[in-house]
Amino acid sequence: MLSVVVFLPLLAAGVLIALPRLTPRAVQTTWVAAAGVELVLVGVLWSGYTGGRGSGEGAPGFAGPLAYETDLEWIPSIGSGYHIGVDGLSLPLIAMTAVLFLACAVYSLRARQERPRGYAALFLALQTVSTGLFAALDLLLFFVFFDLSIALMYFVIAGWGHGDPARSALRFFLYTFVGSLALLVGFIGLYLAADPHTFDMVELAGQTPLDGRAVAGGAVLLAIGVGLAVKTPLAPFHTWLPPAHTDAPAAGSAILAGVLLKMGAYGFARIALPILPDAWRAWAPGIAALGAASVLYGALVALAQHDFKRMVAYTSVNHMGYVVLGLGAAGTAAAGTAPQAAQLAVSGAAVQLVSHGLLTGALFLLAGVLHARGGVYDMGAYSGLAGAAPRFAAVLAVAAFGSLGLPGLSGFIAEFQVFTGGLGLAPIPTAFALPGILITAALLLRAMQRLLLGRRRLPPGTAFGDLRPAESAAIVPLLVLSVLIGVLPRTLLDVVAPAAAAVAELVLR
Amino acid sequence: MTTTTMTSLLPEAALAFAAVAGLLLGSWLPRRRQWVVRALALAAVAAGLAATAADAAGPAHTAASGSYAVDIGLHAARAAVLVATGLVLLAGSDGLAGDRRETEAYVLLLLAAAGSLVLAGANGLLVLAMGYLLASIPLYAMVAFAKDAPGTEAGLKYFLMGALFSVVLLGGTTVLLAAGGATGYPLLAVGLVEAPRAAAGAGAIAVLAALLFKAGAVPAHFWVPDATEGAPAPVAAFITTVPKIGALVAAYRIGAGLPLEAAGNWSLLVAAAAAATMVLGNLAAFGQDGVRRLLAYSTIGQVGFLLMAVAAYGRAQEALPGLLYYLMAYTVTNIGAFAAVCALPEARRLAQWRGLFGRRPWLALSLVVCLLGLVGTPPTAVFVGKLTVFTAAFDAGMVWLVVLAAVMTVASLFYYLRWILPLFRPAGGDDEADEVAGAALGAAGRWSTAVAVCAAALTLVLGVAAGPVLDWLASGALAG
Repeated sequence: MLSVVVFLPLLAAGVLIALPRLTPRAVQTTWVAAAGVELVLVGVLWSGYTGGRGSGEGAPGFAGPLAYETDLEWIPSIGSGYHIGVDGLSLPLIAMTAVLFLACAVYSLRARQERPRGYAALFLALQTVSTGLFAALDLLLFFVFFDLSIALMYFVIAGWGHGDPARSALRFFLYTFVGSLALLVGFIGLYLAADPHTFDMVELAGQTPLDGRAVAGGAVLLAIGVGLAVKTPLAPFHTWLPPAHTDAPAAGSAILAGVLLKMGAYGFARIALPILPDAWRAWAPGIAALGAASVLYGALVALAQHDFKRMVAYTSVNHMGYVVLGLGAAGTAAAGTAPQAAQLAVSGAAVQLVSHGLLTGALFLLAGVLHARGGVYDMGAYSGLAGAAPRFAAVLAVAAFGSLGLPGLSGFIAEFQVFTGGLGLAPIPTAFALPGILITAALLLRAMQRLLLGRRRLPPGTAFGDLRPAESAAIVPLLVLSVLIGVLPRTLLDVVAPAAAAVAELVLR
Repeated sequence: MTTTTMTSLLPEAALAFAAVAGLLLGSWLPRRRQWVVRALALAAVAAGLAATAADAAGPAHTAASGSYAVDIGLHAARAAVLVATGLVLLAGSDGLAGDRRETEAYVLLLLAAAGSLVLAGANGLLVLAMGYLLASIPLYAMVAFAKDAPGTEAGLKYFLMGALFSVVLLGGTTVLLAAGGATGYPLLAVGLVEAPRAAAGAGAIAVLAALLFKAGAVPAHFWVPDATEGAPAPVAAFITTVPKIGALVAAYRIGAGLPLEAAGNWSLLVAAAAAATMVLGNLAAFGQDGVRRLLAYSTIGQVGFLLMAVAAYGRAQEALPGLLYYLMAYTVTNIGAFAAVCALPEARRLAQWRGLFGRRPWLALSLVVCLLGLVGTPPTAVFVGKLTVFTAAFDAGMVWLVVLAAVMTVASLFYYLRWILPLFRPAGGDDEADEVAGAALGAAGRWSTAVAVCAAALTLVLGVAAGPVLDWLASGALAG
C-alpha cells in the first residue's frame, strides 16, 4: 500500500513521458489527477493509521510504532533492504508532501508552462522521491531518495527558472551534493560500526552501535550533521538557498522550501537522534546554539531584504532554526530523566516541519503570483495592492500571520511547543532565539504594509489582477489546513505526540 | 586435464578463434559485405557470454597447469569485457561500416579483448606479461586507425609509453623471479617470504607500474587524453574501458596473492596511486572544452576510485565484490557515454551539444543518465559500486581516502554538469553557435544511439538489481 503511494507519481511521470503527442492541457490534467489520487491514497493511509496498534507489525524500540511496513531484500550482501513504513513522525510529512504537490499541480494550471510535459514529469518524479524519503527506514534507501531529490530539483531550477537559473541551480546542486556525500560517509561509518553490518534504521536504532565511543560517534554525527545541515539549511551552510529560491519557478520554490528542506530536519529526528543518542546528547548544547543562531540570523537577514521572495527564503532559515533548536534542546535533558520537556520540544519541531511546509508553500506561490503580475519581486515596486486585489491581499495576510506565529494558525502551535520545551532544557539558546519571533513579526508586517497598503503603485506597464481560480484553489487549502492545525491541534498532535515521545525516549535512554 | 582446460577457457578461445577466422574471412569478402565479420565477432561475444554464464556457477579452480585462475574475478571480468566488446562493436557499426579496413578493426578489437581477459585471469607473471602484450599491441594500431595526424600522434605516444612499460613489466618479472624463484603466484608467494625486501619491493613496483599504465592511472596516464582524442570514438570507448578491467583485476590478484606487505606497505602504495589518480583526473577534467578529453580525464578519475578497492584488498570480503561490481558498472556507464560521442562524432566541443534534448531526446536522456551515473547518483550502478568500494576502503582503515574520494566525487559533478547543462538549453539566441550545433547534431548514428540507450538502461537495471549481482560476486573467492 505504502509502496503504491510512493511510486504512483513516478508511474504517472512515466506515462506522461511515454505517451506521444499529448496536448499541454492533457498533461496538466493528468498531473493534477495523479496528485489528487495520491492525496486520496494518503488520506486512506492516515485514516487507517492507528499508531501502529492495528497493524501489529510495530517495531518497538524505534521512533513510535510503525505501520504499513514493507521490508524486502534489496542488496542483502551489504545489509540494505527496501524497508519502508510510516509512523507519527513521517505520516504528517507524507501528507503534507501530497498536499503541497497537489497545490503545485493546481497552481500550474494558471498559465501555460514552457515544455509542460517535462515539467510535470519532473514534479511527479520529485513527489515519488520526497514521499519515498519520508517513508524510508533504510539508510541507503534514504540516501538514494535524498540524492535524487537534489538531481531532480536541479533540473527544475535550471530548466524552468528565471534570472540566472543555471548558476543558481549549479550552486544548489554542488552545495547539497557535498552535503549528501558527507551524509554517505556518515552512513558508511554507521554501517561499519553496526554488528552485524546493516543499513536498516530500525536495527541500528536498536543497536545504537556508536554509544560509548565518543570520538567515532562524534565524527559520524559530524558527517551526518553536515550533510543534513546543508539541506535544512542551518546558518553557516545556507548560502545556496537564497539564489536557488529566487531563481526557481514558483512551484519549484514551494516544493524546495516546503518539502526538500524538511528532508534535512527530518533526517535529524529520524537518524541522528535515535541512532546516535550518546553523540547527540554530547553535542546537543552546540546544536541547540546553532539552531538559535539560525533563528536569529535568518530573521535579521530577512529583515534587510527588499526582494519579497528572498525575504521568504530567509524566513525559511529562521523557521528551520526552530526545528533544530527544538531537537537540540531535547538532547540536553539528562539521560534517564523524565522525557516530558524533551517530548514537547521534539513534538514542536515535528509540527513546525508540517506547518512551515504549508505556510512557506503558500508564501512562495504568492510570490509567484506577484512575479507573474508585475515581473519583479522588489517590494519597493508595489504598494496599495489591497485595493486592486483584495483576495490576494487577504490570502497573503493570512499566510504572513501564520508564518509569524499568530495563535490560531499552525506556526504558533509549533513554536509554542519548541519554546516551552526548550526553555526548561536549554534556557540560554532558547532565550536568544526568542527575539527571532519578534523580528519575523516585524519584517512580515512591514512587508505586508509595503505591498498591500498605501497609494496604489505598480511596476510600469503592468496590471495587477486578483487571484485567479486556479491560484486560489492552490493556495487557500494550504492556509485552511494551517488554520485547522492551529485551531484543532489535536488532529495532528494525536499522531505526532506518540512518535515525539518515542524519539525523546530513545535519545534519553 | 586438457579437456577441462579447454572448456574452462572457452570465452578466450571463442574470441581468438573469431579473430583468426574473421581475418581470413575478411580477406575474401567484398568491402560492402564485411558486416559478416562483424556478425561473426558478435557471435563470438555471445558465445563467450554463454560460456561464462555456464561456467560462472562452478567452483574456483586453476587451468593450464595452475597458471590461469578461473574464479569469480575472471568470470566477472569476462562478463564485463564481453559486454563491453559487444557494445563497442555495435556502436562502431555506424562509423566503420563500409570502411576499407573494417575487418581489421573487428579483429584487433577481439584480440585486445582476449588480451584483457588473459590479464584478468593470469595467475603468474609470465601469463600476465603475455596478456599485457596481447591487450596492448592491437590497440596501438587501433588508436592510429584513422591515419590522420592526431591519431598517428596519439598512437605513437601510446606505443612508446606502452613499450616502455612492457620493458618495465618484464624487468619486474625478472627481479621477482630472481628473488622468489618462481613466476606463478602460488610458488612465488612462498618464495618471496624469504626474499630480500628490496628486490621483492622493486619487482612488485615495476609490475604495478605496468598495470597502472594499462589502467590509465597516475603516474602512467599521459597517453589517455591523447589516445581518447585521436582515436576513432568507438576505439576510444574500448581503450578507456576494456584494458582497465584486466589490469585492475590483475593488480588486485597480485596484492591478494603475494606477501607484499612484508616488503613494504603495498596497500598504502596503491592507495597513494588511487589518491593521485582521482585528484588529477577529476581536477584536470575541469578545464576541458572538448567532450573526448573531458571523458578521458573522467575515466582517469574513475580509475582512482576503482584503485581504492585494490588498495583495500585486506578486506577481501568487501573489496573484491566491490571492485568487480564497480568494474561492471563503470563498463556499461562509460560505454554509454562514449556511445553518445560515437553517435555524434562531429560534436567535439561542449558548446556543440547545445539543444540536443530538443532534437534527440532519447540520446540526450541516455547521456544524462550515463553522466549522472558516472558521478555516482543513485539508483545507477556506479552509485552502488562507489558505495561498496568506499565501504571497503573505510573498513580497511583508509578513512582519509574515502573523504578524499567523496570530495573528488563532488568535484566531478561540476564538469559532468558542464556537459549536461547545454543539452537542455534551448537552441536559440546565438545564431552562429546554433549553426555550429545544428551541423554537429545533424545526423546521429542509429546503432550508436541504440547502444547509448541500452547502456543507460543497463546501468539503471544493474543499479536496481545490485543485490543478486553482488551476491554472486561475493559468493566466490579467488583461486590459487
